[in-house]
Amino acid sequence: MNEKRMLGEDHYEQVIAEESICTNENLVYEKPETLTDTPMHYCPGCGHGVAHRLIAEAIAELDIQDKTVGVAPVGCSVFAYNYFNIDMTEAAHGRASAVATGIKRVLPDKYVFSYQGDGDLAAIGTGETIHTCNRGENILIVFINNGIYGMTGGQMAPTTLVGMKSTTTPFGREVAVMGNPLRITELIAQLPGVYYCTRVAVNTPANVRRAKKAIVNGFKYQELKKGLSFVEVVSNCPSNWKMTPLESNKWMEENMFPFYPLGDLKVPGKEK
Amino acid sequence: MKELKLMKGNEALAEAAIRAGCDGYFGYPITPQSEVLEYLAEHAAKRTGMVVLQAESEVAAINMIYGASGAGKRVMTSSSSPGISLMQEGISYIACAELPCLLVNVVRGGPGLGTIQPSQGDYFQAVKGGGHGDYKLIVLAPSTVQEMVDHVKLGFELAFKWRNPTMILADGALGQMMEKVELFPQQPRITDVPEWATVGKPKNRERNIITSLHMQAEAMEEINNNLQKKYKAIAEEEIRFEMIGCDDADVVLVAFGLVARICTKVVDLAREKGIKVGVFRPITVSPYPYEALNTLANNVKGILTVEMNAGQMVEDVRLAVEGKVPVEFLGRMGGVIPSPEEILHKLEEKFVGVLA
Repeated sequence: MNEKRMLGEDHYEQVIAEESICTNENLVYEKPETLTDTPMHYCPGCGHGVAHRLIAEAIAELDIQDKTVGVAPVGCSVFAYNYFNIDMTEAAHGRASAVATGIKRVLPDKYVFSYQGDGDLAAIGTGETIHTCNRGENILIVFINNGIYGMTGGQMAPTTLVGMKSTTTPFGREVAVMGNPLRITELIAQLPGVYYCTRVAVNTPANVRRAKKAIVNGFKYQELKKGLSFVEVVSNCPSNWKMTPLESNKWMEENMFPFYPLGDLKVPGKEK
Repeated sequence: MKELKLMKGNEALAEAAIRAGCDGYFGYPITPQSEVLEYLAEHAAKRTGMVVLQAESEVAAINMIYGASGAGKRVMTSSSSPGISLMQEGISYIACAELPCLLVNVVRGGPGLGTIQPSQGDYFQAVKGGGHGDYKLIVLAPSTVQEMVDHVKLGFELAFKWRNPTMILADGALGQMMEKVELFPQQPRITDVPEWATVGKPKNRERNIITSLHMQAEAMEEINNNLQKKYKAIAEEEIRFEMIGCDDADVVLVAFGLVARICTKVVDLAREKGIKVGVFRPITVSPYPYEALNTLANNVKGILTVEMNAGQMVEDVRLAVEGKVPVEFLGRMGGVIPSPEEILHKLEEKFVGVLA
């Protein structure tokens, strides 16, 4: 039974009984079979879970589970292979795109993607990233940028904003000492080997839909063999930003989005 | 009909890779082994469709190998000492994930940037680990250009038999010198997919995961126990060595690779002077022929180990011999090759008593 629960004078919340909404005709979302039943270890409010789900949905909708090989990075998503119900390889820190290159070169007709964080892709793996993109490997790189090293406990990332605090920039990132945050996606978009390059987020339903479309594109474009697809997901890290999930999304919108603006950087057929 | 050719070591090795049905080569140029990549770039794709890719670094190359071998393919890389050092992290991952692949080190003099001349200074790195953690490679030590060819085929066979990375530990001279070689016929490329390979999960099997990460200490120890069990089985089945003139020898020279060949010349020189000398040559330096050498030590008066390094394999020789007879050492470093005469001189000097 649905009921109103009083929280104070003129203040109440509507409590909806589970059985009143969980019916077949109300079903709007099912877990795709490309996700396992393993509960994700990600912190509450973290964008990784949503990004994982979008990739899994894309693989399921395109019906390419039996033709897809993923590469997990080192970082918070090091256990990505526990959550995707697909064949996966866990790479060394920074080397996911080289590992993906090796797989794609010997299995040119399969769908290959790497999933990498900012430290992995834009610090220790910069060389591999640039050259994989420059060779135009027919793979998808999904790049999660939350401006921090999550797994190791909140150290500065190459994408940490100026003034942003981390455990290794306790007084805020100072350009004179640590240089500027790296907009690696803008660099990558310049390379002729890159066929599709876009920056998305997963903080609102509308952005989630855009992100999903970008990821689906990244898989579909592999069939054309015209080059690499690169999808940056600007994301949050409530735990290491020391914020609630809501605060972290607000902070991301106010601080990350101005420096890492959402939108397409390179779209097939629309060369700037 | 035998197919005989006069070939440079590196090119013969590359030709053998094509003939062994290699699916992919990922590498980065470095002297003295760049001919491997050059030869493959020219010949491989058009003959067998083999993938040949010049990577942006040795770090990238070994990780391409990790990905491609995980996809169940017959893949290899080659490099020389500083480049092999850069690959160590990836080799450790490959060993832990139990993936088959062939690695070739055409060793040059070190440490550091060193020289481009031949050396055996990477023995420890090759046979004792090199990268982090407890793992072992199967390591083959060719002493002729013919073995540069034969060990490619054998190396792939061993790698797939044991799901373990196999290394050919050559040196700059073997890579650069020309010799007559007999080439084996073209082998087909792999068509069947190993059950563990990441190639896309069909509905009717569990997903395949290639990883070296196991967060629970007990699980990681279990992985280690299984690896150690495998290394023990490899040591029981795969030890290869050669003995030349050891039957009646008073003194035995122990050497691997090119140096073992120089030592066979010493056998002739010594026997002309009435000194009965033999050569013990490990062909697999990992696993090492400890037992055979231990048995041999019962019948000789002394051992001289000769290497192109400061004394690396001699530690394994001493482990094998267990103090039964004196084990002396002659080493040249930095790219210098010892001459038969200086080995003979050292032998006479060290064993003047026992040979009298």
